Amino acid sequence: MRPPARPSSARAAASLREPRMQPMKPSAMSKRKLKESSAESAECISQVQKILRERFCHNCTAGKLFGMEQQYRHLLELLRRTTVHGESNSALVIGPRGSGKSTLLNHVLKDLREMEQVRENLLEVHLNGLLQTNDKVALKEITRQLQLENVVGDKVFGSFAENLAFLLEALRKGNRTSSCPILFVLDEFDLFVHHKNQTLLYNLFDISQSAQTPVTVIGLTCRQDILELLEKRVKSRFSHRQIYLMNSFDFKQYIKIFKKQLSLPAEFPDEPFAQKWNNNVQLLAEDKAVQDVLQQLFQHSKDLRSLQLLLMLAGSAVTVHHPLLTAADLQEASRQHSTDSKANIVHGLSVLEICLIIAMKHLNEVYDGEPFNFQMVYNEFQKFIQRKAHSMYNFEKPVVMKAFEHLLQLELVQPLERPWARAQREFLLLRLLLDSRQIMEALQLYPNCPTDVKQWAASSLSWL
Amino acid sequence: MNTRQQSKLIYSWYGKPLGSDRKLRTSQYKGILITSESSKTETCIQLGDFILVEGMNADQPYVAQLVDLYEDGAQHKRAVVHWFCRLEEIPQNKRKMLKREISAQEVFFDQVLGYDTDIAAETIIKSIMVIPLHLGEELPVITLNKEQTFYVKQSWDGKCFKVLSPDTFSKLKEANKTRGVVTNSSKASIPSDIFTPEKKETESVVRSATKPKKIDMGIESKHSSSKSSLSKERHSQRVANNDIKTPTARKKLELNSPTKSKGRLLGYEVLGLLDEDCDAIAPSEPSATKRKVKFTNDILGSPPKIRCSNDKSKSTSQSAEHHRRFSDTMRLSPYTKVKDFDDKDKNIQEKDDIPSLGGYQSSQSPVMTPRSRRTCVQKTSALIAEQISMLDQEDFLSDSDSSYSSSSEEEDDDDDDDVPCTPEKKTKSSRIFSTPKSSRKSAVHTPAKTQRKTPLKGTPRTPRNATPEIPRRIQVAQEPTSVLEEARLRLHVSAIPESLPCREEEFQDIYNFVESKLIDGTGGCMYISGVPGTGKTATVHEVIRCLEQAAENDEVPPFQFVEINGMKLTDPHQAYVQILEFLTGQKVTATHAAVLLAKLFSTPGPKRKTTVLIVDELDLLWTRKQNVMYNLFDWPTQRHSKLIILAIANTMDLPERIMMNRVASRLGLTRMSFQPYTYKQLQQIVSSRLKGVKAFEEDAVQLVSRKVAALSGDARRCLDICRRATEICEFARQKRAPEIVRMAHITEAIDEMFSSPYVNAIRNASLHEQIFLKAILAEFRRAGVEEATVQQIYHHHVALCRMEGLQSPTVSETMAICSRLGACRLLLVEASNKYLHMRVRLNLSQDDVMYALKEE
Repeated sequence: MRPPARPSSARAAASLREPRMQPMKPSAMSKRKLKESSAESAECISQVQKILRERFCHNCTAGKLFGMEQQYRHLLELLRRTTVHGESNSALVIGPRGSGKSTLLNHVLKDLREMEQVRENLLEVHLNGLLQTNDKVALKEITRQLQLENVVGDKVFGSFAENLAFLLEALRKGNRTSSCPILFVLDEFDLFVHHKNQTLLYNLFDISQSAQTPVTVIGLTCRQDILELLEKRVKSRFSHRQIYLMNSFDFKQYIKIFKKQLSLPAEFPDEPFAQKWNNNVQLLAEDKAVQDVLQQLFQHSKDLRSLQLLLMLAGSAVTVHHPLLTAADLQEASRQHSTDSKANIVHGLSVLEICLIIAMKHLNEVYDGEPFNFQMVYNEFQKFIQRKAHSMYNFEKPVVMKAFEHLLQLELVQPLERPWARAQREFLLLRLLLDSRQIMEALQLYPNCPTDVKQWAASSLSWL
Repeated sequence: MNTRQQSKLIYSWYGKPLGSDRKLRTSQYKGILITSESSKTETCIQLGDFILVEGMNADQPYVAQLVDLYEDGAQHKRAVVHWFCRLEEIPQNKRKMLKREISAQEVFFDQVLGYDTDIAAETIIKSIMVIPLHLGEELPVITLNKEQTFYVKQSWDGKCFKVLSPDTFSKLKEANKTRGVVTNSSKASIPSDIFTPEKKETESVVRSATKPKKIDMGIESKHSSSKSSLSKERHSQRVANNDIKTPTARKKLELNSPTKSKGRLLGYEVLGLLDEDCDAIAPSEPSATKRKVKFTNDILGSPPKIRCSNDKSKSTSQSAEHHRRFSDTMRLSPYTKVKDFDDKDKNIQEKDDIPSLGGYQSSQSPVMTPRSRRTCVQKTSALIAEQISMLDQEDFLSDSDSSYSSSSEEEDDDDDDDVPCTPEKKTKSSRIFSTPKSSRKSAVHTPAKTQRKTPLKGTPRTPRNATPEIPRRIQVAQEPTSVLEEARLRLHVSAIPESLPCREEEFQDIYNFVESKLIDGTGGCMYISGVPGTGKTATVHEVIRCLEQAAENDEVPPFQFVEINGMKLTDPHQAYVQILEFLTGQKVTATHAAVLLAKLFSTPGPKRKTTVLIVDELDLLWTRKQNVMYNLFDWPTQRHSKLIILAIANTMDLPERIMMNRVASRLGLTRMSFQPYTYKQLQQIVSSRLKGVKAFEEDAVQLVSRKVAALSGDARRCLDICRRATEICEFARQKRAPEIVRMAHITEAIDEMFSSPYVNAIRNASLHEQIFLKAILAEFRRAGVEEATVQQIYHHHVALCRMEGLQSPTVSETMAICSRLGACRLLLVEASNKYLHMRVRLNLSQDDVMYALKEE
C-alpha cells in the first residue's frame, strides 16, 4: 500500500510555495557578451537552485545521514525483524527539534522498502499528534490507512466504541506467523500522551506485547521527559527502547556537513560547472570569515535546520551574474538570520514614539521593572520636554496617546490585563517588552536621531 | 397500549389432576391453559407438546418438550421438560464437528446433563412443532408456519453429535402425531357454549383483529425491551397474550373496514377456522419470528385499523407493485401524512370492496373457505417472495443502523395479520419495505429481522459478523535461525509459556475460588491487585484455560467466559454493551444493555450456564455515580445470577480509595494481591523461558533479575532487557564470535533503558544553550528563587558571554534558545507571548545541571 503523505513533506510544501528564483535577465549590453555562455549557465544556475532547494526544504532522503549510524542500524534492524520474523516491538526516537528524527526514520523506511523480503510484507500507518488530536480521529485514520473500511462495504463507522472494538478485533485475529506486520509511526508522540486515558497508546503497546498481529510502534518526540508522561500501565507495556538523537558532533564535522550540504552531486549534468562550484565550496569552507559565521551559528544551535536556513538565504543570492557563493553572501545571510526582531521594529518608529519608549525605559529603571501606565509615561515625557524647553517636542496629550496606542499595537508594550477590563486607557497597567540593551542598540542605528534624545536615553538625568 | 401492557396471563390447569402425591403434596396435570385476562382467549398446552420457553435472550426462546406438569406444595405450577438445543447454544468450536449447514429451523435433541429440567410453568410461551428427520433427509419445503416448526436430526450431548436413536426418533414422531389430535380435541373440547354470541363475534374477528393486536404485543415487547426493563420482564407473557383484544382497537378495526361486518361470520366458520388453525399449529400464537421483530413503536393507537384494511387490499392486489405502492403510502400515512392518508384510505376501502366481488379472499371475507383463501395467498406470496428475495437480501445487508422506524414495522404486522400462517408472505412484505431505496428510514429496521431469519449467526453474508482481518503476509515469517534469535523469540512478552512459574499459589487460590463457585452454581467477586507486570492477567487467563479444560472433561460444570478491559473501552458504560454482546450476541445501546443484563442476572434462567467475567483495569470503570461498578458487583449477589467476577486493578486499596461504601461492600473481601516479583522469581521466569537454549550466562540472568527487582519487579521489563541484550550481543558478535549474552551486554542494555537522558542532552547542547543554563543557575543563586524571567536571565547571559569573550546574542536568539530548551523539557516555560517576561524554571535539579556542565 502507498504510504500516506508524510508530515515532513507537508512541512516542505510550505517552502515550496515560495516563487522560484529566476535568474535575472541579463541587460541588453551584457547580452551580447554572454551570448554563448549565458543560456548554458542560466540552465546550470537553475539546476543548482533546484538541487539546493530540494535538499534544504524537503526532508530529502537522498542525502546522507550525519552522525547517527548507530541509531540507524538499531532502527533498521528492529524494523527488519518485525517484517521478517513478525516480532512485535515498540520504540521511541527522542531528540531535540531539528535533530533528524524524521530523517532517520525516512531513511530506514526507504532502505527497508528496497529489501526484497520486506517490500510487500509491511503495512505502514502514519499518525501525527498534531493531526490526530484525539483517539477517535486516530482510530478512523488507522482504519483508513489499513484500508479496513472496505471490508464492510460502504458502511460508515458508527460510534467511537464500535470503531475501537472493530479494530481490536481485527488485530486480535492475526498471529505472528501469518498476518502482515503493521508499523505504526506516531509523530509528535508527546501529544498522544494527552489523549483521554491514553487508550490508543495502551492498546497499541498491549498488542505489541501480546500474541496478536505483529505490530511495531515507533514514536517520535522531542521531549526528554516522555517516559514520565506515560501512565504506569502504558509504561509497563512499552518496551523502554529509546533511541536518542543528540546532534553530538563537533565543529569539524559541522564544517564537513556544511560542505556536503552545499556541494553538487557527481551526476550533475554540466560537469565543469559542478567542478567549479565544488571547488568554490571547498575554498569557502577554508575561508576564515565563513568559518566565523559557521562557528557563531554552531555556538547558537547545532541543529541542521538552522544551517539549512542560513544556506538557503545565502543560496538565494546566486544568479547568472553571481554564479558562485562568496563569504560575503554567507555573512549577509548570517546577519539576516540573527537580527533582533523587536529592535527592527524600533527602527521604524517616529521620534515621539522613541521618546515614549525612552521614558518607559527610565520608568523601568526607577521602579525596577514594575508595571506602569500611560499617565506615568506622559509625565516622564513632560518632564523631559519641560526641562529641555524644547517646543519642538511639545505635543498635545491626545497626540501622545495616539503614539502610545501605536506602540501597543506593535506589541512593544503589553497590557498586564485585558485592555477592555474596566480601567481607563490612561491608567491601564503595562509592561515594556524591550530590554534596555535593545533600546540602546536600536537607538544607535536609528537614523537622524536628535542628539538631546540620545543623551536623554543614555541617562535620565542628562538634562542637569 | 398501556392497558395491554398491564394485562396478565393466567396459567391455569387444564382438566382434573391426573394423580397426586400426598407426601410431596404435588398433583400432576395433563395440560395447562394459558388465558389472557383481558381478551378471554385461551391456549391449551398438553403433555408431550413441544413448547417454547422463555430464555436468556428474548429473541431466542428455548425449545423443549413438555414432559410433566405438576403443582408443588407451595401451589407453584411447575413443568418438567426435555430440552432441545439450538445451534446458537452450542459452543462455536463444536459447531465445526457438524460439517454441514444447519438451518435456523434445526434443533438438536439435548442430552447434556446438568440442565435444570424443572421449570416454572409461567415461562412457557407457546407450543410449536418439532419434527424428527433422518440425518440425510432434506428439510421439507416449509410452507406453513416456518417459525413454529423445528426439525431435529441429531442429538447433542455436550461433546459430540449423534444420530437420533430409533427409540427417541419414534417417540418424537409419536409425540407429534398425538399432539395434533390432542390439540384438536382440546380445542374442540372447549365447550363452545361458553362463548356468548357476543363472544363468538369477537372470536370471529379474532382471526383478523387479534392478529394486529398480537403483533402489537410483539411490537410492544420489543419496544419495551428497548426502552424499559419493566415491560420487558414479562415479555413472554405478553406475547402469549396475543389474543387479547382491547376494545378500542377492535372498534377501530370495525370502523375502518366496512367489508367485514361482525355478524357475517357464522359460528361454523369460526370453528372451521379454528380447526384449520389447529392443523397449522396454534396460529393464534405469534410465530417465533414475529416476536422478535424489533419495534420502536411510538404511536400504536390508530395504526392497527389502517393496517387491516390495507392488508386486505394487499392480499388481493397480488402484485408486487401494488404491495409496494400500498406499503409506501401506508408506511407514512398513519403518522406524518394525514391528508395523504385520507385519500389512501378511500382507496383502500375501494380495494377492499373489490376482493369480495372478485372472489379473492381477504382474510376477513367470509365468502370463501379459509382453505382456498390460504392457498391463493400462498401462491402469490411465494411468487413475490421469489422475485424480491434477491433484492432485499442485499438491501438489508447494507443497512444496519439501529434506528427503527415504527411505521414500516406496523406495515409488516399488517401483512402478518393478513396471512398469519405463511411466513413467506411475511418476509415478502418486509422485503417490500426495504426495497425502495428512497425510503431508507423505513427500511432500516429490516436487518434486525433478517438476522434472525438468516440461519446461522456466523454465516458470511451477514456483514455484521464479517470482522475484517489484517491482510496476510505474502512471504512466510522466518523462523529463528540462531540461538540468539530463538532466545529472543522466547523472551518476547507475547510468547506464552507452558506454565506460569512463581505464581503457583495465586493460581491455586483463584482456581479454587472459581471452581467452588462453579460447582455451587452461585456467584461471587474476587478483587485482584498488583503493580503492572506482575502476571495478574496472565494468571487469571491461565486459570480460565485450566477450568475450560476441566469443563471439557466434565470435572466442573460448563461455564461462559467473558472478558472486558477498562482500557479497551471508550466509556465505562460500554462495558455493558460488550458483556451483553459476549453473552448473547446482541448489539444494543449501553443503557438498554444494562437493562437486559440486569434482567438476565436477576431472573432464574433454566438453561443458563455460569458466567465467569474478568474485568481488567477496573479503576477505569469509575464514573461519578459509580453505577457501572455498582451493577457489576451487585449482580453476583443476586440469587440466580450465577456470575463470578474477577476484577483486576493495580492498587491494593482501590475499593477503599475510589469506591463508595455500597460498591465496596458488594465487592466483598475476597481479595488477592500480587506482590512484585523478587529477583529469584524473575530469574526463574527468565530461565524457564530459556530452557534448552544456551544463550545467557547464569550471572547475566541474575544481574538483570536483581536490577529489575530493585527497580519495579516488573516481569515485562526484565524480559525486555534480556531481549535488548541479545540484540546488543548480536551486534557485537559480528566482530568477535561469542554467541552468549554476557554481563557487559546486560549492563549496556540497562544503561540504555534507564539512564537519565537529561545529562546527555545537556552535554550535547550548543554552547549558547549551555551558557543559558549557566545563566539560569546564576540568576537562581542571585534571587534565591527557583524561577526567573527571561529578561533577568538574559542579563546574566550577556555578562557570561562577555567573560568568555563571545559575541553576545540578541534577544531573539535568546528566545529561540529558551524555546528549544523548553521543547526538550529541560526547562519549563510559560506561554511565549509574554516575551521577555516569560518565566522559566528548570525541569531537573540544579545539581544535575551543574554536574552536566562541569564535566567538560
